[in-house]
Amino acid sequence: MKDMMIRGADIVVRSLIAEQAEVIFGYPGGAIMPVYDALYDYHEQIKHVLTRHEQGAIHAAQGYARVSGKVGVCLATSGPGATNLITGLADAQIDSTPLVCITGQVAAHLLGTDAFQETDVVGISMPATKWNIQVRRVEDIAPAIAKGFFIARSGRPGPVLIDITKNAQTDFGEFNYVPCLGFRSYKTYEPVEKTKIQEAAELINKAERPYLLFGQGVVLGKAEAELKFFLDKSGIPAASTLLGSGALPQDHPNYVGKLGMHGNYAPNMLTNQCDVLIAVGMRFDDRVTGDLKRYAKQAKVIHLELDPAEVNKNVKANVAVVGDCKESLSMLTAAIEAKKHESWMARFREFEQQEKAAVMQHDITPTKLGLTMGEVIHQINQYKADDAVLVTDVGQHQMIAWRYFNYKKSRTQVTSGGLGTMGFALPAALGAQLHDYSRQVICVVGDGGIQMTIQELGTIMQTKAPVKIVLLNNNYLGMVRQWQQMFFDKRYSFTELDNPEFIKIAEAYNIKSQKVSDRADLKEAIEDMFIHDGPFFLEVVVEKEDNVFPMIATGCSVEEVRLS
Amino acid sequence: MKRYTIFVITENFIGILNRITIIFTRRGINIDALTASESRIPGIHRITIEVTANEDTVIQLVNQIEKIIDVIKAFYHEDEGVVYQEIALYKIPVSRLDGGLEKIIRQHNAKIIAAEPEFVVLELTGHKEQTQELLEILKGYGLLEFARSGRVAVAKRMLTIESFIK
Repeated sequence: MKDMMIRGADIVVRSLIAEQAEVIFGYPGGAIMPVYDALYDYHEQIKHVLTRHEQGAIHAAQGYARVSGKVGVCLATSGPGATNLITGLADAQIDSTPLVCITGQVAAHLLGTDAFQETDVVGISMPATKWNIQVRRVEDIAPAIAKGFFIARSGRPGPVLIDITKNAQTDFGEFNYVPCLGFRSYKTYEPVEKTKIQEAAELINKAERPYLLFGQGVVLGKAEAELKFFLDKSGIPAASTLLGSGALPQDHPNYVGKLGMHGNYAPNMLTNQCDVLIAVGMRFDDRVTGDLKRYAKQAKVIHLELDPAEVNKNVKANVAVVGDCKESLSMLTAAIEAKKHESWMARFREFEQQEKAAVMQHDITPTKLGLTMGEVIHQINQYKADDAVLVTDVGQHQMIAWRYFNYKKSRTQVTSGGLGTMGFALPAALGAQLHDYSRQVICVVGDGGIQMTIQELGTIMQTKAPVKIVLLNNNYLGMVRQWQQMFFDKRYSFTELDNPEFIKIAEAYNIKSQKVSDRADLKEAIEDMFIHDGPFFLEVVVEKEDNVFPMIATGCSVEEVRLS
Repeated sequence: MKRYTIFVITENFIGILNRITIIFTRRGINIDALTASESRIPGIHRITIEVTANEDTVIQLVNQIEKIIDVIKAFYHEDEGVVYQEIALYKIPVSRLDGGLEKIIRQHNAKIIAAEPEFVVLELTGHKEQTQELLEILKGYGLLEFARSGRVAVAKRMLTIESFIK
C-alpha cells in the first residue's frame, strides 16, 4: 500500500491540476516549502509564476480570474506571506472574484505556541473570505481543495483560503480526487420564481420611462447575450456600473453610459426620473447611488440578483427576482412586450450632448498645453483590439480610463471596484496577460498606485508578459488632491509626489520604455507601444491639476451630479 | 428597537461562531446573549442569539449569517414567536440564611441545588425579568456570586431542522 501513498504536498499540486488550474501565482517560504518542492516535479502540468510580493501574487490571481472566468490560484507561506494576501482577499471578496489561496502553516503540534512565522491566518482572513479552513491532516487536503474550488466558483463567486500545516504537507496519504458538487449547508443560488417574473413583466409593460442598470453579475452569470436580447426587445435604456462595463458593447443602441460618482451625466440625472428601475446583477454601492434617501424614490424597483443578502440591503425592491440572471433575464424577455422608448431615450441623448460639450470635449481634445488623461485613453482606443483588456488602478486615471475606454467585449474590464486598492493594476495586468499572451492587456496606472507594487515589473520581466503599461503621471495623488481642492479648501496635505525617473526603473527591468510630455509625440508613442512585441512602459506626463468630472460629491443625490 | 431571537442551524465547523459574531462586530451591534449546543441531530449545532435592534437590521444580520457557507439556516423571531428560558444561579453565604429567604425561595419558585458548609446555590429558571427580580432581592442577602445563561428557545412556528436539510 505504501506505493500508492504520496506526500501531502504532492496531493496539493495534483489536486490543483485536477481542478484544471493552469497558472498559479505565489511566493515560497518555510511552511510552504514541501509544496514548492512538489511543484518542481509537476512544472510541465502546472505553471507557477514567482511574483515579487505576495500581494502581487494575489492581485495577479485576481486579474487572471477576472479575464478568464476561472478560479485564480495563489500560494504563500505562513506568517507574513499569509498576511500579505489579506488586501487581495478583501478586494476579491467585495468584487466577487473566485480565488483559491493556499497558505502554509506551522506544523500542527506548534499551533498556538507563537512558533516562527505562525499567524492565525484563518482568524485574520475570516471577514475577507467566502470560506476558509485550516487543514491539519494529510487526508483532509484533497477534500478541502475540492470544496474550496467549488465554493470559490459557484453561486456568487469569492475568495477561499486553505491553510495547510506543514506536517500535513510532509505526511503520506492516498490520493483519490473527488470533485465537490455540493453539500447540504450551501445553496449556490435559488431557482427563479415564475410569479416574480410575472410581477416584474407587468411593471415593465406598464412603464413609460423604464431604465435598466447592469453590474458585474451579468458577467459573472454569463448573461451578456440574455441582457442584449432583453434590451433589444424592451427598448429600455441601459447604464453600466464600473464592474459591469463590457457586459454590453458600448455601441449598442440602448447603451446610455455609466453610473455613479464619476459616471456619465445622463445615467445619473435620469435615475431620479425613471418610473421603473430594473437593476441586474448589481448591489447599489454607495458610489453608484449617492444619497440613498434621494435615490430613485419615484421609481418602482425590480432587482434581479443572485445573492439574497443583496436584496433590500441598500435599496428596497418592489419586485425582487432572486436567482441566476441568465435565467431570469431570458424569462423576463419572454414575458414582456416589444417596445421602443424613443422620447425617453432622447432625454438621455440630450444630457449626453451637454456632457460632451461641458466635459468630454475638454478631456479628449483639450485646447490647453498640458496633456489630459482623457486624450491618452482616446488615443489608446484608436489602436486597441476589440477584446483588449483594460486594467486600471485606483484614482483619477481609473475613472478617466473607465469613462473613455471603448468597451466592446465582456471580461475586458479589470479594476479594483469595491475595495479601491491602490497597487492593484500592475500585478492584475500581469495575471490577466498570463491567461492569454496573445490578448492585448493595457495597464493604465497612476504615479501613486504604481509605486505600491512597482516590484512586479520584475515578474513582468521574468515572464516576458507583453503588458502595455501606461503610466499617467501628474506627480500627485490626484483623486485625493481633487477632493482637497473641492472640499478641503485647497489644502494639499501630503498629496504631491517627488517621483523617480520611472522609465529608468523600467529600463532597469529591461522593459522597453518611453516618456511623453508633448501632445505631438503621443500618437506615435502609443502606436509604438502596441507594435512592440513584448512588455512596454509608456509614461505620459499629464496636466498636474486636472479634475475628473462629472462628479456626484459624497452625500449628494444622483441628480446633483456636477459637470464642473 | 426591539428584542429579537436569532436562530442559527449550522454544521459543527471550527470557527463558525467566530464567523457569526464578526457579522455583529462589523456593524457595531452588541449581542445580548448567546448559547450554542448540539441539536438533536448529531453534527448539527444550534445557536441562539439574543439581540436588541430594529427589524431591518435583524433582517440584514440574518441574511449575512445565512450566507456563511457552513450555516444551514438562520431565522429570527420576536419574543412573541418563541418559547424561551434562561437559567440563573445565585451563591449565598450560609450565614445569611434566615426565614425571610425561605419565603423568597418559595415565592419565586427557586430551588436550592447545592449546599456547602459556607454557602448554598439557588437556581431559578425563567425569563430575564424574573431572574433579575430575584437577583435584586438576593443582593440584600450577601450574594457572593451570580451567573445567568443566555436564552435557550424554541420557535412556536411548526418547522423542523430536517426541513432545512435537503
